[in-house]
Amino acid sequence: MQDKQYNVDELGMPQLSVALSKELKRFDGRLEDVPAWGGASSGMGWVFRPINTDQLAEVFAIAHKTDLSIGLRGGGNSYGDAAYNSNGIVLDLCRFNRVLDWNPETGVIRAEPGLTIHQLWEYTVEDGWWPPVATGTAKTTLGGCAAMNVHGKNAFKVGPIGDHILEFDLMLPSGEIITCRRNENSDIFFAAIGGFGMLGCFTSITLQMKRVYSGLLDVVALASTDLSVMFEQFRALLPTSDYLVGWVDGVASGNGLGRGQIHKANYLEKGVDPYPEQSLRVDNQNLGDTIFGIVPRSIIWQGMRLFTNNYGLRAANLGKYAVSYATSGSKIRQPHAQFHFLLDYVPNWKKSYGGGGLIQYQPFIPRDSAENAFKTILRTTQRHDLPTYLGVLKRHRPDAFLMTHGLDGFSLALDFRITQANRQRIVRMVRELDEIVLDAGGRFYPAKDSTLRPSVATAYLGADTIARFRELKQRYDPDSVLQTNLWRRVFMTP
Amino acid sequence: MPVQPSRPLEPKQRAIVVGASSGLGAALVSTLAQKGVLVAAVARRREQLEAVCTPFENARPYVHDVTNYEEVPALFQQIVSDLDGLDLIIYCAGIQPAVALDEYDFQKDRAMMETNVIGAMAWLNEAALRFHRAQRGHIVGISSIAGDRGRAAFPGYHTSKAALSTFLESLRNRLAKRGVTVTTIKPGFVDTVLLENAPKTFWVVSPDDAAQRIVAAIEKREQTVYVIGRWRWVMLIIRHVPSFIFRRTSI
Repeated sequence: MQDKQYNVDELGMPQLSVALSKELKRFDGRLEDVPAWGGASSGMGWVFRPINTDQLAEVFAIAHKTDLSIGLRGGGNSYGDAAYNSNGIVLDLCRFNRVLDWNPETGVIRAEPGLTIHQLWEYTVEDGWWPPVATGTAKTTLGGCAAMNVHGKNAFKVGPIGDHILEFDLMLPSGEIITCRRNENSDIFFAAIGGFGMLGCFTSITLQMKRVYSGLLDVVALASTDLSVMFEQFRALLPTSDYLVGWVDGVASGNGLGRGQIHKANYLEKGVDPYPEQSLRVDNQNLGDTIFGIVPRSIIWQGMRLFTNNYGLRAANLGKYAVSYATSGSKIRQPHAQFHFLLDYVPNWKKSYGGGGLIQYQPFIPRDSAENAFKTILRTTQRHDLPTYLGVLKRHRPDAFLMTHGLDGFSLALDFRITQANRQRIVRMVRELDEIVLDAGGRFYPAKDSTLRPSVATAYLGADTIARFRELKQRYDPDSVLQTNLWRRVFMTP
Repeated sequence: MPVQPSRPLEPKQRAIVVGASSGLGAALVSTLAQKGVLVAAVARRREQLEAVCTPFENARPYVHDVTNYEEVPALFQQIVSDLDGLDLIIYCAGIQPAVALDEYDFQKDRAMMETNVIGAMAWLNEAALRFHRAQRGHIVGISSIAGDRGRAAFPGYHTSKAALSTFLESLRNRLAKRGVTVTTIKPGFVDTVLLENAPKTFWVVSPDDAAQRIVAAIEKREQTVYVIGRWRWVMLIIRHVPSFIFRRTSI
């Protein structure tokens, strides 16, 4: 450690602000251990849950007074340390969640940042509008989605959520609120979306929703005998798909490397669904409380524990693949919510991973090098005997946001179970994977990250991009009030 | 801003040792630092403290007098921020001035209570709140076999250690349900300055040996630990000697 000497005055007493610590004592009740969504790490901070801009401004004032940093948090669904701020304030925006304006004619909605995707679709679906981009869980918030510039299974077609945001208001750490559009304060527009909460706090977001003519999607499931086949299927199906996503079996090796199943989904054209007002009802979208009519979904995660080890995983994946193979080509009509929010299907499923939690590693790799790079990555995880428990392949397109993870290529999201014993091995493996990704010209995604090192971030973003982002941060947040553990780990460490 | 921002998959153990400039505290800093723990070493005497920390990259000195209670919350906060969190706190500060058998000195007794007990309350309460909320963490207090019985020799010292043991026991009973471990260490004779005022000593252990035993007990999350272990049985007997006999002995 540098700076070993603790600051003391001439009398040898530490230069501490006792008054400041008394100020902090008032907030003892707010101390909470704020977890990463994956549960593999956490950070203790003072949690504030403002309900409006006045309370929000108050929290910024408290931060200035107490010299604490502020980390913004939405639904807390970032896998790693992007949504907590140890030893600082955590600004949890979940209660700041009103719909401010909704136009069912144009599908333009204006809402506060804490509105969840669940609340959003429930609000608009009966008018025939669906979120243009939906995450794998509906527990994410609009503000969090904008800050991370999230994508859905339609990323190849409609880009990330930022491409559908028409306008937003941003509260700067000074308390000032600025309005940003593509042609107004455009530098912040393109930096705050995807800027993981480092420039300001959204106070309202205006989003263009997607018109749908039915509450159902046409879904086709196809088996993929290996990763090459899956890539071919992707290429063939992309032009005619509205959504396309692939499940990759992380334990299959040899000829079956990267085998799995893809799901292609399409909207129903106007007039195809004879009773759209029925299928668009919230009741008909939501997941029931049981599966097969009897098993409560809330207990399934306990059974899943049997499969969250390398042997159980092999069995489960084999079974899953066999079913997908046998039923390949089957078509179903599925409600939007059931198709999109797979992560909500089994409540608390991550608990089945045990106390150590999980992390996700999701590299984004250009179109032409993706297939080979992903094969190398899968082989590397198997060589380390740390196969992924869940692999998900998606197609993306480039976008204009400064800190973007988007590119003309593919992403492969890989879940890894974390235990006390395997942490070091995972870290070593990830270093190898980072090299493969960088060699292939790939990128990373802060919402999923737990392992990115500063040198890797500089390599994929480019020193110029980071300098540009720092310049904006310096301009709008000169005291560096906005911080998270991720920001300190990746961008404040030499 | 922490000294080293933490990485989610590479968590470091972070500890505070209060009373770290000499004796058992200094040995605990060394033992923990050698194990790779990030240690904040807190003590009054700056030069000794720096000498304890200098050999280690991962030990950091903080000059503080434990009777300066007002300062504790601010310094605690500063340390937790520097270490980017906290997993373990060891309260080790203790004094035992020489007391003659016919001496009844309020100032000495008061000083012992302030350093050995009130300082412990100031520091351990800070950690307890944090660990309570986090539902994990480990609090360790260096009490003494002297807390098990009020002997004739050191009324103030025995009282202070009995109070510390009881305080730790209460913390344990509060925090056990929250997944927090509270360990009471009861050393016998450890070869430190405290021993200079003890009339007769035996089973003496070196500070390094004692520190090794204590860290091993911490790792095993033990509740009450005698150093060395055989004191447990000796004290079991001594605690049960009836007063009408005890007051006639020279124990």
